[in-house]
Amino acid sequence: MAQSSKNKKDGKLKSLFTDLTLRRGVFSIVIFLVLWEVGFRFHDWFGIMVPFIGKIDAPSLVAARWSEVVFKPGYWESWYLSFGRVFFGFMVAQLVGIPVGLLMAVNKYFRGMFFPPFEILRPIPPLAWVPASIIFWPTTELSIMFVTFLGAFYTIVINVLGGARSIDVQYLRAAQSMGATQWDLFRKIILPGTLPSIFIGAAVGMGITWEVVLAAEMISGGGQQSGGGLGFFIWSSYMGGVMDQVIVGMISIGLAGYISSSLIRYVGYISMPWKRMF
Amino acid sequence: MNQPDVMILDNVSKAFGEDWERETVVEKLSLTVKRNQLTAIVGPSGCGKSTIVNLLAGFELPDEGTITLDGKPVTGPSKNSLVVFQETALMPWLTTYQNVVFGPELRGDMPKNELKAAADKIIETVGLREFRDKYPLQLSGGMQRRAELARALINQPVVMIMDEPFRGLDAMTRQLMQEFYLRLCEQESRTNVFVTSELEEAIILADSIVVLSNKPASVREVLQIDLPRPRNLDMLSSPEAYEYKRQAMEILHEEAMKSFSGTGTNSDFLEAYSRMG
Repeated sequence: MAQSSKNKKDGKLKSLFTDLTLRRGVFSIVIFLVLWEVGFRFHDWFGIMVPFIGKIDAPSLVAARWSEVVFKPGYWESWYLSFGRVFFGFMVAQLVGIPVGLLMAVNKYFRGMFFPPFEILRPIPPLAWVPASIIFWPTTELSIMFVTFLGAFYTIVINVLGGARSIDVQYLRAAQSMGATQWDLFRKIILPGTLPSIFIGAAVGMGITWEVVLAAEMISGGGQQSGGGLGFFIWSSYMGGVMDQVIVGMISIGLAGYISSSLIRYVGYISMPWKRMF
Repeated sequence: MNQPDVMILDNVSKAFGEDWERETVVEKLSLTVKRNQLTAIVGPSGCGKSTIVNLLAGFELPDEGTITLDGKPVTGPSKNSLVVFQETALMPWLTTYQNVVFGPELRGDMPKNELKAAADKIIETVGLREFRDKYPLQLSGGMQRRAELARALINQPVVMIMDEPFRGLDAMTRQLMQEFYLRLCEQESRTNVFVTSELEEAIILADSIVVLSNKPASVREVLQIDLPRPRNLDMLSSPEAYEYKRQAMEILHEEAMKSFSGTGTNSDFLEAYSRMG
C-alpha cells in the first residue's frame, strides 16, 4: 500500500542524507584545519600574533611529525596498549554492570542493599582511585585497567537500571496474561526492552574509559612496557618539549575514541533492527 | 463449561492506597458477561473503568467479592482473559508476525507448522499480510490496533477484554476500525468485554451495555441492545439507537452531575451543561 512505497522513498532519502552528512563532515574538518594553519602562520606573514592558536603548532607541522612517528614501533605499541586497557576495562564493566543494573531493576531487595553504597561510590572520580588501586593491585597494568573499569561501570549500571525500570508495564502485563513466567518476562521483555539503554550506556561509558585510561597512564607512568600507551605518549612528549608530538598524541586519542564509539553504534545498529527505520 | 454466563463478578470491591487515605474505586459491583456476546462497559471518565479491566484480567485482585471465569475464580493473569490495551502494547522489538506468535510460542501449546499457518491466517484476517515482517513503529495507528487484535485472537481467550481499544485514533480510522470489528465479531462469535467512553461505539457494537455509576464504580443500569445484526454504522441514526442513546445519556448525565454537586459554586456551569445534554 501507500506505506510501503513511502518506506522505499525514505530509504533513498536516507542514503542521500548520509552522503550529505559525510560531505558536511569533511567540509567542516577542512575549514577547521585551514583556520588553524592560517592562525599559526599569521605571525610570520603579517607580524601579528593570534592569541592561543598562534602558539599551537600548525597542522602541517603536526602532519610532518606524524609521518615520522608512524614509522616508530613505540607509537603503535601505545595504540595497542591503550586500546587493550580500554577494551578490557570496558568489557569487564559491561559484564559486571549490565547484570548488576538488571538485578537492581528487577529485585527490590538487591536494589535496597546495593543502591546506597553504589550511590556513595559513584561520585568518586575514577582518578581518585589511582593511588589506592596502585597499592591494591599487584601490577600497574591491572591498576590502570581497574580505574578504566570504574570509569565505565557507574554509567553502564545507571543506564541499564533506568532503562529497565522505564519499560512500559503494559508489555509486562500483556506477556503475563499470555502465560509468561518470571524468567520469560526477563528474557523476552526486560532484556530487549533495556537494549537501547544498554547501548547508550556503552557509548557514554566508552567515552569515559578513554578519558580515564589516558589520565591513568599519565599518572602511573604508563606501566613497565616501552611505549606505555597514548596517555604516556603525550606526557613524555610534553616532558621532552616536543609540542607537535603532543598534538599527534591528542589527535590519535580523538581518532581512537571515534573508532570505538563507531564500533558500538554499529553493533547497536545490528542488534536492534527495530530501531533501524529512522 | 457451556453455561451462558462466562464471567461473573459478584459484589466486587477494590480500594487503593494506605489505610489513612484509602480510596474505594470499585464498590459492590456485580455483573455477568454472557457467552458469545459483546458486553460494553461505559461510564463517566475517571469512574474506575481501568480498574475494572485490571480486575477482569487478573492484574488486580478484588478486596471483597468474587470474580469467576467459567466457574473458576480468577487468581491472576491468564490467557483466558486477554486484554487489548488502550495504547498499543505490541512489543516494539518484535515484528507483526513475532508479536502474533508471542503467546503460543511462550506456552509451546501449538505445533510449529500449525502455529505458523494459524498466525498467517489471522494476520490475513486483520488485513496485515503485507506488514507481516514490519515492526510496530512502521505501522499506522489503526494497523497497530489490528495487529494487537490478532495477537489476542490467536490465543483463543475465553473472554477478550477491550480496554478503550480505539482511543487515540483519528475519527476516520476509528470508524473504519469499528466497522472492521463489527464484521470480525459477526463472522465468528466470541465473548467480548468492550470498555469505552464513547456511547455510540458501545451501542453499535454491543449486545448489552453496562452503565457504570460515578466513582466508586458500581452498575447503574444494564441496557439490552436489540438492534438487528449484521449491523452497520448507519444504524446509529435509527430511532431505536437514538432511544438507547437517550436512556444512557440520561444516566451518565446524572452521574456526571454528582461529581459537581456539593461544591455549589458551579451552578452556572451546571445549568449550561444540562442545557447542552
